[in-house]
Amino acid sequence: MLRSAGRAVPLLPALILLAIFLVGPVLASFYGSFTDSALTGSAAQGSHFIGFANYIQLFQNPDFFKSVWLTIVFLIGSAVIGQNVAGLVLGLLMERGDRVMRSIVGTFVVTAWVLPEIVAAFAAYAFFHDKGTLNEILGAVGLHGPNWLYSLPMLAVILANIWRGTAFSMLVYTAALSEVPTDVTESAQIDGAGGWQRLGLITLPLIRRSISTNLMLTTLQTLSVFTLIFVMTGGGPGTNSSTLPILAYQQAFKFSELGLGTAIATILLVVGALFSIVYLRALKPEVD
Amino acid sequence: MTQGSIMKRFATAAALGIAAALVLAGCSAPGSTGSSSSGTIKVAYQKFGNFTQMDTQMKEVKKQFEAANKGVKVQLIPIQAAENDYYTKLALMNKAASTAPDVLYEDTFLIKADADAGYLAPLDGYVKDWSDWSQFPDNARQAGQGDDGKLYGVSLGTDTRGLWYNKDLFAKAGLPVPWEPKTWDDVLSAARTIKAKLPGVTPLNVYSGKPNGEASTMQGFEMLLYGTQDQLTDDSGKWVAGSKGFTDALGFVKTVYQDKLGPTPQQALDTNIGNLISGQWLPKGKLAIDLDGSWQSQNWLPSGAAPWPDWDKTMGWTAMPTQTGQAPGSVSMSGGWTLALGSKSKNKPAAWNFIKLALNKENSLNFDIIGTQIPVRDDVAADPKYSESNPSNAFFAGLVKNTHFRPATSDYPKVSNAIQVAMESVMTGQQTPDKAAKAYDDALKQAVGADHVVTK
Repeated sequence: MLRSAGRAVPLLPALILLAIFLVGPVLASFYGSFTDSALTGSAAQGSHFIGFANYIQLFQNPDFFKSVWLTIVFLIGSAVIGQNVAGLVLGLLMERGDRVMRSIVGTFVVTAWVLPEIVAAFAAYAFFHDKGTLNEILGAVGLHGPNWLYSLPMLAVILANIWRGTAFSMLVYTAALSEVPTDVTESAQIDGAGGWQRLGLITLPLIRRSISTNLMLTTLQTLSVFTLIFVMTGGGPGTNSSTLPILAYQQAFKFSELGLGTAIATILLVVGALFSIVYLRALKPEVD
Repeated sequence: MTQGSIMKRFATAAALGIAAALVLAGCSAPGSTGSSSSGTIKVAYQKFGNFTQMDTQMKEVKKQFEAANKGVKVQLIPIQAAENDYYTKLALMNKAASTAPDVLYEDTFLIKADADAGYLAPLDGYVKDWSDWSQFPDNARQAGQGDDGKLYGVSLGTDTRGLWYNKDLFAKAGLPVPWEPKTWDDVLSAARTIKAKLPGVTPLNVYSGKPNGEASTMQGFEMLLYGTQDQLTDDSGKWVAGSKGFTDALGFVKTVYQDKLGPTPQQALDTNIGNLISGQWLPKGKLAIDLDGSWQSQNWLPSGAAPWPDWDKTMGWTAMPTQTGQAPGSVSMSGGWTLALGSKSKNKPAAWNFIKLALNKENSLNFDIIGTQIPVRDDVAADPKYSESNPSNAFFAGLVKNTHFRPATSDYPKVSNAIQVAMESVMTGQQTPDKAAKAYDDALKQAVGADHVVTK
């Protein structure tokens, strides 16, 4: 008993740091969501505990449910499907490609990822703008592209987020695929398994843990995407690309209602936790 | 070259870059982070896009102040942010004593909310010993009052709104100059003529949609709504839902954008459109009519962001008519800014001295000229230098008699947002004016509470 306590001592600094920088803000956000904390008006002098009033207000607001829906569309479209599948495909292709090809493709993909978010957002804005690169290219081959940011705002931000985030999945999957023992795939090949069968029955089950980790990390990153959407569409037109982070920003900093904004942030936290539980359950990374 | 050596070179270059950045940051640090000792007063104001006049003015006042008050330093904090973000940044600074400014450039419509928040110090004790205070008329004094009746801000100037039009384009299209529209239909038919006769010219700009924030609400929507029989609030101060005027004003926005008399929705939903209009579209003859603020010409003065020597030969100005020409015939909205004293200031007497200096006759006159403000001080308004400085000044000052003010409550920003949402859904064709007005009514009840709303 005493010995195990002694063993825990070196962990103490890490625990303290986690408590200050992770648990602290989560608890503060949780508490703040039950107050009327504000940037201006009398509530700015000192906030009061108001129970579930912020949450009740949110659940009565149709814009809130629209934002939840858009957040889930953004999450599934750009992270769960987009970044994940594109990353896996790139990983598989690069495993077969030669070294020159690998470094060229790798450099291009990683460039989008190392760009600061604001720079990437401006690049994506310039690309999808009505008179931007994409429509110029389409125009050169005789196609008239739509006004992406305006008529298809969710598609534009989803594509932009896939472009920006795929490198991370690609790196994770490249590493995972190189760990798949070649003797297993080779013996499957000798037994007559085709390419799709080898992928579905051998490779994917073997990299299951990486898939789970990657899904969780990209989900949490994507849930918190703010700059990209804010710069590209500002949440508009109307509220057509206003995901939860944009809504939280608007309530907290545009309408000065910090408490309400914090309630949205807390709900965002819950959405992230739910997705994480689903991944952990479905892919059982701990079972071998 | 192997991948490894490329990576190494890259890493070295990156490390050098970071080191250089750190050294540069170190060099500039002492200048940018001032001490908050009582020997320094911090002055926070907005500087954004073409709006650099306040910055020019404050630099000048700082010089005068430091010369007159040896030992007290002025630290200017120009906040680079659009209007809504400026309010937010200022509020965040005000939250902590270490960042709260001593002197604030404060919008009149936020004074009540910020006084409630305890950010502002009452000025009644100071103004009673200030000989210049008698120059400020009653309505200017009221603009600086909080809900408790105390004074929290001293007016710098006010503004009005009307129609700016390009006389050359009007002549080319065969429209009469000077132009004096009497109804909304007169405005729209002039725009239709421009559209038919002058392809490539945007006939009429009415700010609309969320990206332009308060400009859409005030220069756009409220200039229409207050020209109908209805307003945002009734005489008792309750918010009005379901009014015909509201739907009609949205109908005007719909006509402008759906009949392609205005900018394309994409242009209108660009946060930069205000700067484009004053800096490019009007000077280059790409826009014929602009429903905008009295300050528009500040950009074209020699002190402005886009100097335009003969602007008054090309540009004309006229009042925005009421919907059907009903009395009083024209409509205008007014806002205005003040200087306020931060409640967390450690050196209030010095901060007050700064405000007094910035608002004395000479400095007020200078700011009202370069910022194209409508003066509030009687002696400045009467000074011939003011009306001579800009040929449009006398006209826009005259609009004050039929002007309206926004409801100055802390709920207003939320209502304003609901208006922008309604405008945006109408201009993009997502909703009819009727549907958008209904959605506004629901949003209004949500924002201010159903018991503060009356339905017409």
